[in-house]
Amino acid sequence: MSRRAAKVELEQPEQFVLRLYIAGQTPKCVRAFTNLKRICEEHLANRYRIEIIDLLQNPQLARGDQILAVPTLVRQLPEPVKKIIGDLSNTERVLVGLDLRRA
Amino acid sequence: MPELTHIIHSALKKTPSGIGGLDEITGGGLPAGRPTLVCGGPGSGKTLVGISFLVNGARHFGEPGVLISFEESAEDLACDVASLGFDLPQLIAQGKLIVDYVHIDRSEIEETGEYDLEGLFVRLEHAVRTIGAKRVVLDTIESLFGGLSNESVLRAELRRLLRWLKERHLTTVITGERGQDTLTRQGLEEYVTDAVILLDHRVREELSTRRLRIVKYRGSFHGTNEYPFLIDRHGLSVLPVTSLKLDHEAPTERLSSGVAALDKVLGGEGFYKGSTVLLSGTAGSGKSSLAASFADATCRRGGRCALFLLEESQQQMIRNMRSIGIDLARWCERGLLYMLAERPSRFGLEAHLAAMFRTVDELRPETVVVDSITDLLTLGGEAEVRSMLVRLIDYLKIRSVTALFTSLSPGAVELQATEAGVSSLMDAWILLTLERAAGGRRRQISVLKARGMAHSSSVYDFKMTERGFQVSAPEG
Repeated sequence: MSRRAAKVELEQPEQFVLRLYIAGQTPKCVRAFTNLKRICEEHLANRYRIEIIDLLQNPQLARGDQILAVPTLVRQLPEPVKKIIGDLSNTERVLVGLDLRRA
Repeated sequence: MPELTHIIHSALKKTPSGIGGLDEITGGGLPAGRPTLVCGGPGSGKTLVGISFLVNGARHFGEPGVLISFEESAEDLACDVASLGFDLPQLIAQGKLIVDYVHIDRSEIEETGEYDLEGLFVRLEHAVRTIGAKRVVLDTIESLFGGLSNESVLRAELRRLLRWLKERHLTTVITGERGQDTLTRQGLEEYVTDAVILLDHRVREELSTRRLRIVKYRGSFHGTNEYPFLIDRHGLSVLPVTSLKLDHEAPTERLSSGVAALDKVLGGEGFYKGSTVLLSGTAGSGKSSLAASFADATCRRGGRCALFLLEESQQQMIRNMRSIGIDLARWCERGLLYMLAERPSRFGLEAHLAAMFRTVDELRPETVVVDSITDLLTLGGEAEVRSMLVRLIDYLKIRSVTALFTSLSPGAVELQATEAGVSSLMDAWILLTLERAAGGRRRQISVLKARGMAHSSSVYDFKMTERGFQVSAPEG
């Protein structure tokens, strides 16, 4: 555990690539984006990138990325890929889902 | 009354499932543009009903379809159904089918606040639009309840989904797992109110039987019985139809039995076309020979005959009949005679029945011979055999096929209980016996019953020679 922690410190901090799947500008989706932006600024400042994918415009992506619920946040990087569904209003659980805090 | 049912039938549009028999018992298929719930336990064939519905739609009715599979990937499904003659990858390549595997794993998903299932709607809509789908199967949508925890969202979305499907006039099959006291575990029957089909799979004495029942079909007349159904290399078929009505045509045309003297005993010209004849006899009395002679007579007239052998092989039958001057092989060569020899124990009653239906469908024979029905008794109780025969007879009568069934009797006087039960289904009943007589044994023939024919009630002597049969008034 201590060896791994030491290694992480030596390297660049991990970059987070996050994809938020929405279906139009619904209140839930807007809320999810606002919540995500806030959480990232607080916990991942300068090391995150958010991609928004509107399924109404790119419906074919829903199948490939196994999206069922909307909104869905997918942590593309770091691996492994993780999925978090809902409007991200529960910050604690979002942090757990992103592996930024232990459950 | 017939007018009323006619009106109801025409008011409710139906979409043919293409599943043999199912469209008959539902009077045309599933409710068009509406959802149908198909429920049953594990392994009861729900998924196959769904896939058959889609494949048939794509192949035969020009209706592309979408399968949303919650349990198996497209690859696994394609493998599962390949043995039934369904080539899913081909249909997919032709743009007639889309299989979308919706995979949900609770352990991979964190729920953080409000959500809906718009992703599922987007996928479904995209798939439907891409190929212009008219049919949709959701298999098994209840898996959602295992994957997501917010039940009230799921229920609301399920309701919205059904409304969405109806608005788009998509004929939909929704499968559901059988619950303990309910039709489905999650009470899907609350949402799907148009038609509900229940499947059941039982194993009895090592023979598996599948059954199908229409629990509900709003606004439509439907058969309420349990119907056996089969899954074999030809796909899925429901075996209709217990005698719902007795309104077969009654042709007056007659067919020779193959023995001129017997025709005479039967009042002159033989059996009525489309009638059913039971030929009982003790062991060695000549049942199979007389049956073969009936088949031979059919082919001589240029008609086709299907001969179902449950006791001996085709080669044995041909050899044995040659010894009494009947050459069956030539009819086989000319395609007039079709012999299907199967050991009774090879499969269950239903499978035998299905094989017979299929043969009759393909060959369109003038006559059918089953030698013998006694062998079927090893496969089921008397009631089941009787019910199978009722269905077979019905099927043949509707097609005006004349049928001869042989049956083994223990003796001349004591007839088998089954024979008594079965004989009421038959139009004619002929008994052959082998009696001990001075200088050996002698065969006798009598007509116990012949509906609508002025038949003789005497007992006649009956001889088998290499030149055929001879029937003569009893000596002494």
